[in-house]
Amino acid sequence: MSGGVLFALAGIGLFVLGLHALILRTHPLRKVLGLNIMGSGAFLLLVAPAGMPPDPVPQAMVITGIVVAVSATALALVLTVRLRETDGER
Amino acid sequence: MTPENGLLPAIVLSSLLPGLVIFFLPEARVAVRTTLNLVGAVLKLLLVGVLMQEVLAGRVFENRWPLLPGIDLVLHADALSVLFVTLSAVLWLVTTVYAIGYLEGSPGRSRFFGFFSLCVTATVGIALAGNLLTFLLFYEVLTLATYPLIVHRGTEQARRAGRVYLFYTLGGGALLLLGTVGLYRLTGTLEFMPEGFVGQHAEAGKGVLSAVFVLLVTGLGVKAALVPLHGWLPQAMVAPAPVSALLHAVAVVKAGAFGIVRVVHDVFGVAFSLSLGVTGPLALLAAVTIVYGSLRALYQDDLKRRLAFSTVSQVAYITLGVALAGPVATVGGLVHLVHQGVMKITLFFCAGNLAETLGIHRVSEMHGVGRRMPWTMAAFTVAALGMIGAAPLAGFVSKWHLGLGGLETGQAWVLWVLSASSLLNMLYFLPILYVAWFRPPPPVWPQERRFGRRETALALLFPPLFTALLTLLFGLLAGAPFSPLNWARLIAEREYVP
Amino acid sequence: MVSWSLPWEAVPVLLPLTGAVLTFLWPRQAAAVGLAVAAGIGISLAALVPEMTVGEGWRHPVGGWTAPLGIELHLDALALIMLIMTALVGLGVSLHARVWFHGRQAARFWPLWLSLWAALDALFLAADLFNLYVTMELIGLSAVAMVALAGGRGALEGALRYLLVSLAGSLFYLLGVALLFHGFGTLDLALLAQRADFTPPVMIALGVMAGGLLLKTALFPLHFWLPDAHASAPAPVSAVLSALVVKASFYVLLRLWLALVPAGVAPGPGLLLGGLGVAAVFWGGFQALRQSRLKPMVAYSTVAQVGYLFLAFPIATAAGWRAAILLLLAHALAKAAMFLAAGNLLRHAGHDRIAGLDRIPQRLPLTITAFALAGVSLMGLPPSGGFVGKWMLMEAAMAAGQWWWALVPLLGGLLTAAYVFRVIGHAFTPAPPGPVARSIDSRLEWAALSLAVLAVLSGMLAFWPLGWLEGWP
Repeated sequence: MSGGVLFALAGIGLFVLGLHALILRTHPLRKVLGLNIMGSGAFLLLVAPAGMPPDPVPQAMVITGIVVAVSATALALVLTVRLRETDGER
Repeated sequence: MTPENGLLPAIVLSSLLPGLVIFFLPEARVAVRTTLNLVGAVLKLLLVGVLMQEVLAGRVFENRWPLLPGIDLVLHADALSVLFVTLSAVLWLVTTVYAIGYLEGSPGRSRFFGFFSLCVTATVGIALAGNLLTFLLFYEVLTLATYPLIVHRGTEQARRAGRVYLFYTLGGGALLLLGTVGLYRLTGTLEFMPEGFVGQHAEAGKGVLSAVFVLLVTGLGVKAALVPLHGWLPQAMVAPAPVSALLHAVAVVKAGAFGIVRVVHDVFGVAFSLSLGVTGPLALLAAVTIVYGSLRALYQDDLKRRLAFSTVSQVAYITLGVALAGPVATVGGLVHLVHQGVMKITLFFCAGNLAETLGIHRVSEMHGVGRRMPWTMAAFTVAALGMIGAAPLAGFVSKWHLGLGGLETGQAWVLWVLSASSLLNMLYFLPILYVAWFRPPPPVWPQERRFGRRETALALLFPPLFTALLTLLFGLLAGAPFSPLNWARLIAEREYVP
Repeated sequence: MVSWSLPWEAVPVLLPLTGAVLTFLWPRQAAAVGLAVAAGIGISLAALVPEMTVGEGWRHPVGGWTAPLGIELHLDALALIMLIMTALVGLGVSLHARVWFHGRQAARFWPLWLSLWAALDALFLAADLFNLYVTMELIGLSAVAMVALAGGRGALEGALRYLLVSLAGSLFYLLGVALLFHGFGTLDLALLAQRADFTPPVMIALGVMAGGLLLKTALFPLHFWLPDAHASAPAPVSAVLSALVVKASFYVLLRLWLALVPAGVAPGPGLLLGGLGVAAVFWGGFQALRQSRLKPMVAYSTVAQVGYLFLAFPIATAAGWRAAILLLLAHALAKAAMFLAAGNLLRHAGHDRIAGLDRIPQRLPLTITAFALAGVSLMGLPPSGGFVGKWMLMEAAMAAGQWWWALVPLLGGLLTAAYVFRVIGHAFTPAPPGPVARSIDSRLEWAALSLAVLAVLSGMLAFWPLGWLEGWP
C-alpha cells in the first residue's frame, strides 16, 4: 500500500490506542500520555496523505496543533502536581 | 402615542409602576406606600371609567407589540374586557383599603403590596388581552404574582399550599400553552374575533379541534376551579384575608372563568362550539361543579374553607352560562362574573374581620357575633342572601337569567341544578346567619382586639359595607343604564349578532 | 461578500486579547481594564448592529492574508447574535467579578477571563474548520484554568477531568477535520458546504466530530464532567462556563451540521440527537431535583437545558434552528444570573445547602429576586426569552409534523419549576428579615439582578435578533 495510506492507518491506530489509555488508565499521567498519543495520531492523519509537492496547509495545522498540545499538556501536568500536593501521599 | 393609544397601556401601568416602586420601599415608609397604593388604584379606576364610556360609544382601542414571528402582543378593549377590567379596578381599590387595614404592623408589607400590584396588573392584562397569546402571557404572570401572596406568612402550611397551587396552576398553564400552540398551527391566527376565528380558518377535523378545546378549557379550568381541578383553592385559604378576597372575587378564579368565556365566544365562537358538540359536556361539568362545591361547603366548619368551596360552586355558574350557549344564559353567566365577585369579596372581608377582631375562624365560634359586630354581620347577611339567590339582590338576577337561559336553549335540567344549588346554599349559609344573630355570644371570644368604641377598624369596615351595598344595588337597580346586567346584555348583543 | 475597511468585527477579538496581556502585566488595574474591554466590545457591537442586514454577512481577512493560509473572520447574523450574547453576559459577569475576586485571585482571573472572551469571539467569527479547532482549544485551556482558580481539591479534580474531556473532544474534532480536508481539499465552511455531499466518508467525519463536540457540550450521556466542574468553580466562572463555553461547541456543531447535512436526508442522526436531548432534559431535571446543594443543582439544570437545544436537530427546519438560537440566548442570560445569585447566597451564608437556606434569601432580596427571575426564563414562562424560544420550538415541531417533541419543553418546564421553587420557597419564612448588616456587596446583587431582568425582558425584545435571522439558514 502507498505510504500515505500506511501513515493514515497508523494515525488512526495511534488515536485508538491513545483513547484506550485515556479511558482505561486511572493515573492522571497515563491519561495525559494517552491524550498525547491521540494527538500524534491525529497529526499523522493530517500530514499523511499529502504527496508531492508538499502541501503547506496541513503542516501549518500540525505545527499549531503541536503548540496547543504542549500548552495543554503543561496545564494538565501542573494540575496533576497540584492535585498530588493537596493529596499528601498517594 | 396619541392620547387614545396610550389609554390601555396606561391602565396596565397604573398598577405596575407603583408596584415596582413599592418593592424598593423600606418597611417603615407606611405613608408613601399607602399613597402609592391608593393613587394607583384611583387612577386606574378613573382611566377605566373613561374607557367604559369610549367603548360604549363604539370606539376601538388597540395596542400592538411584536412578540413572536407572526403573532403580536395585543391589548384590545371590547365590551367583555371592560366588564372584567371595571370589576378588577373597583375591587382592587376596595381591597387595597382593606389590606392596608388588615396588615397594619405585620412584616413584609412592601413585598406584599408589590406582588399585590403585580397581581392586579396581570388581571388587567388578562382583561385587555386581544389575542390568545397575550391572554396566556398575563395568565402565567398572574400565577407567578399570586404565589408570593399565598406563601406570604411563611409558615410550613403556607408553603405547602403554595406548592400545591403551583402544581395545579403551572400544570394548567402548560396545557393551555400546548392548546394555544396547536391552535395557532391549525388556524394561523390567535386574534379574538367576535364570532371566533376557528370556524373560518380551521381545515382540521372536528376531532382535533375538539381536542384543542379540551386542552384549553382544562388549562383554564384549573384557575376557574372546575371539578376535579379545584384542589388548590381550599388549600390557598391559608393566605391572609385580603389575598383570599382578591383571589376568589377577582383575580385568579375570574381569570380562569373569563378565559373560558373568551375561548367559547371569541376563539371558537358559540355557533362553532355548538357544532363541535363541546358545549354540552362543558355545561355538564359546570353543573357537577356547582353541586359538588356546595355539598363540600356544607361539611366545612372552617369559615374560609366553607367560602372557598362556595366559590368553587359559584364560579361554575359563569361557565354554565357560557356553555348553555344562548344569549340569555350568556347574560346570566357574564353578569354573575360581576355579582359573584362583589358578593364573595364581601363574605371574605367579613371573614377577615371576624378573624382579625375576635380570632374567629370557625363557624362554630360565630355564636352571637351579630351583636358584637353588627355592621360586619349585616354585610355578611346581605352577601349570603345574595348567594342564595334571594330577590332583589344581585345573585337573584344571575340565577334568574341562567334559569331562563336553560329553558331558552332547551336544557331545562339546568333549573334542577340551580334549585339544588340554592337549596344547598341555604343549608350552609342560613345556619350561620341564625347562630350569628340569634344565639347568645360566648363569655369570651377566642382572641379579641378592641378598636375603641367601634366594632373594628374603619379600614376593615368600609370595604365590606361598600361591596354589600353594591350587591344590593346591582340587584335593585339591575335595570339602570350602567348596571352590570345591562353591560352583560350589551356584550351578549354584540356576540350573538343575528 | 464585502471586505469591510474598518475592522469593527476584529475588535471583539483584539480588544479582550490586548486586555488579557495588559491585565497580566498590571494586575492592580485588572478590573478596570476588564470593564473597559467590556465597554469597548459593547461599542464595537453597537457600531455593527445598524449594519446588520439579512444575508450573507461579510468577511474580513486578518492582515490581508486570505484563505487558505490566512485567517478570515466571517460575520453573519448568527455570529453577531453570539457576540452580543457573549458581550451581555460578559458585562454582567465582569461587574460581578470585579467585586468578587481580590488580590492574587483577581490577578489570575482577569487575564484568563479576557483570553476566554477573546477566544469565544474568535470562535464565533471563525470561517474555517481549523480556526474553530484552535479557538476551541483556547477556550478549553482558559476555562480549565479558571475552574482551578479557587484551589481546593474539588476544584482541581473537576478542572483536571474537564481538561482531559475537553482535549479528548478536540482531538475527535481534529480527526474529522483531517478527514474532511483530505476529502475536499478545503477547510472553509462555505466551500465545504458546496463541495461535500452526504456520502459515507462525510458521515463518518461528521460523526467523529460530533462525538467530540457533544462531549464538550455535555449532552447526555457525555455530561458526566460538567456538574463537578461547574459547581466547584467560583461563581462568576461557573456563570461563564454554563452560559457561554458549552454554547461554543454547540455553535460549532450547528455550523457543521448546516454545512454538511442536507435537509430531508437521513433522519437517523437527527433523531439520535433529539433522543439524547430528551434524555438530557429529564435526566438533568431529576438530578437537579435530587441535589442537596445549590450550585450542583444549577449545574444539572445546565445539563437539562442543553437538551432542549438538540431538539432542533430532528426537526431540521429553519424555524427549529431559530428556536434553538433563541433558547441558547435566553439560557445564557438566565443561567449566568442564576449562578451569580447562587454565588451570592453561598458567600453570604458560608454554605449552599438548600435545606439550610431558610431565612437566608430574605437577607438578600435582590439576589433571590434575580434567582427567581432567572428561574422564570428557565421554566419558559412569559414574557421571558425562554418562553419565546419554547413557543417557537413547539411550533416548529408541530409544523414539521413531529408534534411529540413539543411535549418535551412543556414537561421539562414543569420539572424546572419544581427545583427552582424548591429554592424560592425558602425566601418566605415567618421570621421578619430585620435590619441585618449585609455581609456582601450590593454590587454583586445588582449584577445578578441585571442579567436576570434582561433574561425576563429578552422575550419582548426577541423580535430584533429574529429579524436578522429571517431567511437563515
